[in-house]
Amino acid sequence: MGRQLLINDLDKPGIQTLEGYKACGGYTALDKALKMKPEEIVEEVKKSGLRGRGGAGFPTGMKWSFIAKPPGVPRYLVCNADESEPGTFKDRFLMEKKPHILIEGMIISSFALGANVSYIYIRGEMMYVFHILEKAIQEAYDAGLLGKNIMGSGFDHDLYVHCGAGAYICGEETALIESLEGKRGNPRIKPPFPAVKGVWDCPTVVNNVETIAAVVPITTMGGDEYAKIGIGKSTGTKLISASGHINKPGVYEIELGVPVEEFIYSDKYCGGIRNGKKMKAVVAGGSSVPVLPTDLILKTAKGEPRLMTYESLADGGFQTGTMLGSGGFIVMDEDTSIVKNLWNFTRFYHHESCGQCSPCREGTGWMEKILHKFLDGHASMSDIDLLWDIQGKIEGKTICPLGEAAAWPVAAAIRHFRSEFEEYVKSGKNMKDVKHYYRLNNLETA
Amino acid sequence: MAKVTIDGHTIEVPDGTTILNAARSIGGKIVPPAMCYYSKLKTSGGYCRTCLVKVSKGSEKDPRPMPKPVASCRTNVMDGMVVENITSPEILEARAGVVEFLLINHPLDCPICDQAGECHLQDLGYEHGKAKTRYEFARRTFVKIDIGEYIKLHMTRCILCYRCVKVAEQLCPGRVHGVINRGDVAEISTYIQQAVDNEMSGNMIDVCPVGALTDKTFRFKSRVWFTKPVDAHRKCDKCCGKVRLWFKGSEVLRVTARKDEWGEVEDVAEGKAGWICNDCRFHKKEVNDWVIEGPSHINRHSVISANHYELSKLKLDTEQHLKQLEGKKVDLGEGALNPNNQ
Ligand SMILES: Cc1cc2nc3c(=O)[nH]c(=O)nc-3n(C[C@H](O)[C@H](O)[C@H](O)COP(=O)(O)O)c2cc1C
Ligand code: SF4
Ligand code: FES
Repeated sequence: MGRQLLINDLDKPGIQTLEGYKACGGYTALDKALKMKPEEIVEEVKKSGLRGRGGAGFPTGMKWSFIAKPPGVPRYLVCNADESEPGTFKDRFLMEKKPHILIEGMIISSFALGANVSYIYIRGEMMYVFHILEKAIQEAYDAGLLGKNIMGSGFDHDLYVHCGAGAYICGEETALIESLEGKRGNPRIKPPFPAVKGVWDCPTVVNNVETIAAVVPITTMGGDEYAKIGIGKSTGTKLISASGHINKPGVYEIELGVPVEEFIYSDKYCGGIRNGKKMKAVVAGGSSVPVLPTDLILKTAKGEPRLMTYESLADGGFQTGTMLGSGGFIVMDEDTSIVKNLWNFTRFYHHESCGQCSPCREGTGWMEKILHKFLDGHASMSDIDLLWDIQGKIEGKTICPLGEAAAWPVAAAIRHFRSEFEEYVKSGKNMKDVKHYYRLNNLETA
Repeated sequence: MAKVTIDGHTIEVPDGTTILNAARSIGGKIVPPAMCYYSKLKTSGGYCRTCLVKVSKGSEKDPRPMPKPVASCRTNVMDGMVVENITSPEILEARAGVVEFLLINHPLDCPICDQAGECHLQDLGYEHGKAKTRYEFARRTFVKIDIGEYIKLHMTRCILCYRCVKVAEQLCPGRVHGVINRGDVAEISTYIQQAVDNEMSGNMIDVCPVGALTDKTFRFKSRVWFTKPVDAHRKCDKCCGKVRLWFKGSEVLRVTARKDEWGEVEDVAEGKAGWICNDCRFHKKEVNDWVIEGPSHINRHSVISANHYELSKLKLDTEQHLKQLEGKKVDLGEGALNPNNQ
């Protein structure tokens, strides 16, 4: 296995506690950082080539340098720990196993940004992780790592954990900010971006848990050294949460650039498809990225082996490629129904739409209902085109990217697996006890 | 100042003007329809997506086109910007899509809806929608509730434009009105029914683009096109007192604020919107309460003014139509057949 910078030392005793974390070299990065100038840290992060691990992959150093600095106005750092994308469970794992790396990252990043207050916004369902973080923060306060004059540097910092109420949409950064302010979690209309007007209308940086944690090894080893790991613009290590029909599901830290084939079949990682089945498809970056059939996930359309990097996975655009996204790697074997899987994803987006804008509010529910029809054996060929048309009318026409997140999986499933939809149409009513199904779901047909 | 070109018409507008307002100052067919934006309500707009336009040139400085369609009501013009609205087939297609989305769960109960004739969704459907629906599932419904003494909420008709929420926020201090739940079951609510109790709350009815919020003192009294609008005023210490009375015969059936061609409340003074209080709206229904100014000029571009209801188009001539109505005790009132002729 390659180098591990985030989830190393998990086997060391008491790594969850401050003492155990310190014994493995914890908080030395903070010590180093507090002796640097804030701009120097930003510079190191820029050099490291670190990109946002929350899904969009935006260069973190650049994001930090965009933050507005009007005099006399406080700035905030917010950590996005709302992790709710189906298939993604790396942030939870990291916070649970090594809470102090996040806290250390928060203090260093806040110092770099000049923020005296920062927040961790955590998903409501992860209550036990909330308690782990609270405990770790208390330890840090007691040791003088948080609060006034941290390690004698003159830097004051307060860190709060805020618990959401369990809404996927509150992972969208502006909805998160609204929710943090105590309002309904509706995404804001941008511009203005959080870097100019974020929490309490003050300049704010929102970063993913893993992004912030990665600032710790970057500070320790220096940006240049970190940038040597990986390939091209995909530098460093990335946590991948692998799930589905594989022998060894779990969270893996990889050096970006591992071939996809190796990641799936090597015993170091997923260990191949379980029960000796063949692989059918992979959703490489959390439920919202396009699904790819086996041949396209292992090799690009040009026939080059696909690598676990932002660029390689995106090679070919959406016609033949996908995205690294948040690193939720879902593998499906030959027995999986793409249509049923798609229905499940679509049901999720329908349930999680905030309902502000019409295409997403109405379109997601409509697509879900049509997909029901396929499962019931009630669909006709024209429903495939209708689905295609609806997703196209949602994509790019909404306030926040949840609209796209709902549209892309539908488009990709039809693009690569159209014949399977047709199969559902042809086999008709044999698919299921339809009446029972409708009764169960309180639905009516026209 | 910024120079912007919309569908080939170039105009110069102050910096910070939205594309929609720039288009409105040009006027005519190129103005994108707006279901949620309301110039008199801060932070309104951005929700419905009917006003989407294509920016094919960002600005003089940065001529790159914008990658996605933008909401013209929430996007400011830049100097040198080029915008396509009705000249872009993609935008027309996208808009038809939005209209379809807005209608799939709408009850289409226009025949019994008080808003019919004044409804922006009706207009939108006529002008930008398609004739047939592709939606074949049960439509969502909500129970009708009373919010406050005067207002009926018919959530089933709501398009979640958030305008009434902004009225509650900005005109009615101590608001108890907002949105609960999410996604396609989100609803406008006071949570505890009957709780909207503020003397400006009636303005929610005026801003509602559809028939979701209706005036309980007017419900089912008459089709709006059978009533005759007259401008009037009175001295009122709570509001501007400048209203529009809707007569049937000599009876005042309804009192509303005065609206401009975009269906928004008119300004009574520079920058001061003519919101009216509940007293004027619900309690002053005698002619004697008012100083009559004269017939209102309705210039809102609407289903009625677009003459969709014109009898010639219905292939009936007026006489024949009147004959059909004879003996049915329908009081047509003045201007019934074409309100533009008042
Ligand atoms: C619907 C939606 C849900 C999101 N959920 C999350 C999430 O759970 N965690 C996260 O880190 N980013 C999430 N994001 C991305 C954030 O908006 C934001 O881009 C990210 O937190 C930025 O951090 P990064 O630059 O470190 O990746 C979500 C975005 C959308 C549109
Ligand atoms: S795209 Fe969906 S989730 Fe995002 S703002 Fe619109 S309705 Fe809400
Ligand atoms: S009017 Fe612009 S989005 Fe509704």
